[in-house]
Amino acid sequence: MSDLYHEGMKLKCDKCGKSATIHLTEIVGGQKIEKHLCEDCASAEGITVKSNVPISQLLEDFILQTSPSHSPEQAAQHAVPSDLKCDVCGMDFNEFRSKGLLGCPHDYEAFDRGLLPLLERAHEGATQHIGKVPHSAGDSQKKQNALLRLRAELKSAVSLEDYERAASLRDQIKELEKS
Amino acid sequence: MKLSDLTHRAGEWLRGVGPMHDVVISSRVRYARNLAGMPFLSRCTGEQLRELETRLRDTVLDSRLADEMLYVDVAAAGKLDRELVVERHLISRQHADGRHPRGVAISGSETMAVMVNEEDHLRIQVLRSGLQLSEAFEDLSRIDQLLEERVSFAFHDRYGYLTACPTNVGTGLRVSVMLHLPALKLTGQIEKAFRAAKELHLAIRGLYGEGTEATGDFFQVSNQTTLGKSEPQILEEFSTEMVPNFIDYERKARHALLNRQARALEDRVYRAHAALRSARLISSEETMYMLSLVRLGASLGLIKDIDVHTLNELFLQTQPAHLQRLLNREMDGQERSAARSDFIRRRLSQN
Repeated sequence: MSDLYHEGMKLKCDKCGKSATIHLTEIVGGQKIEKHLCEDCASAEGITVKSNVPISQLLEDFILQTSPSHSPEQAAQHAVPSDLKCDVCGMDFNEFRSKGLLGCPHDYEAFDRGLLPLLERAHEGATQHIGKVPHSAGDSQKKQNALLRLRAELKSAVSLEDYERAASLRDQIKELEKS
Repeated sequence: MKLSDLTHRAGEWLRGVGPMHDVVISSRVRYARNLAGMPFLSRCTGEQLRELETRLRDTVLDSRLADEMLYVDVAAAGKLDRELVVERHLISRQHADGRHPRGVAISGSETMAVMVNEEDHLRIQVLRSGLQLSEAFEDLSRIDQLLEERVSFAFHDRYGYLTACPTNVGTGLRVSVMLHLPALKLTGQIEKAFRAAKELHLAIRGLYGEGTEATGDFFQVSNQTTLGKSEPQILEEFSTEMVPNFIDYERKARHALLNRQARALEDRVYRAHAALRSARLISSEETMYMLSLVRLGASLGLIKDIDVHTLNELFLQTQPAHLQRLLNREMDGQERSAARSDFIRRRLSQN
């Protein structure tokens, strides 16, 4: 019965005193031992795994895994490509690593080498889409990238206050979108 | 249709009448989509963000996705209104707290909510009461199709639908259920269930999704893999292999409690019932906890005078923003505790 009565009380974590969310009862040599832990301590003890792994965690694991403490060969093989940079949106792989979010669709090609191992880990080893294909997929990769580039140029034209060029770029974007 | 119309009722998905409603509160499916040829949000200029918001709002409203639609300009909405839609699970906390141009289109029945400029340009969500994933997915496919007739989405031959975060790439499909698992929690088996879920590549989150702790008795379980499987395969694996296991574990735990610890269980349930009927000050946290026990009692036939629908409605209407809207005044925490207890007593005495 004891489990049930315990549940309602606010128990503190045995390790750090934060409020405990994980309650275990172990029988060791006929002795009943109760443990109350918060999620962090339970996770540190290896009792539980954090239920929700955010991308930043995945990235961190990935970086640790490929840190120089591995053999040079391994490191070379898995080296996190810090030189990767997208020439469309200007984001580099390090910035993605710190934010966890990509800057534009073209990053998937620009960061290909860096992203592949990450995708494998996040998607049970898969790196190829086999689901739905939009019927607008006639919009080739080329056109999508051309649009992205024009928009990036527009951004810089606006920031340089080159309004003539900006206007012409807007026309080109409209034209391409219609095609 | 106005936002204030929503306050007085629970959305269709919270009616509590769907299949397996003793354990499954609601089903949700969503697609993450981005416009082709546009940067993702983090790299958009202010002008591009405004352009996206206007364009997508028009597209969504012109596509006649539902008979009745309401578009909430989240950036212009007051704090209380933003909280209200978060409490109704129509937008994420992150979307409520943003600072850029953004919005959400909600259907009259609240079974559809399309977020504009959240983490991706579009987050198309469909909700249903109880376990109705395939019905929800059917509706999602229809909506996606209608939108695709008007705009083209960023798509890559190898990676599929491109998303701002690589964890959503491919199908962009997230399938989830909101589960009520009080017996697994009470019997200390919840961690075991979570570990099993983890091995099956499922994510477990708290009541309000991403970034919320899995505390209390309500859990959102969803798929993590979005690439390398087709949409129907993701749906199938999730709804026929994974969810039934959870339902089964929870039901077994409930009956074990009833068979082996009936007196202790009854004590907990009836005390919770009494607390709700008698309290003169009650926090939203305590309310959730007590309602959860009463809901458990109702599902086991211990509580007969309150139906699941009433309980589900109370879960929603006792949340801070709802309470303030229903009573038509802004209140601090202490005032809310008093008003909440009055509201609950009134509502329960109607039964």
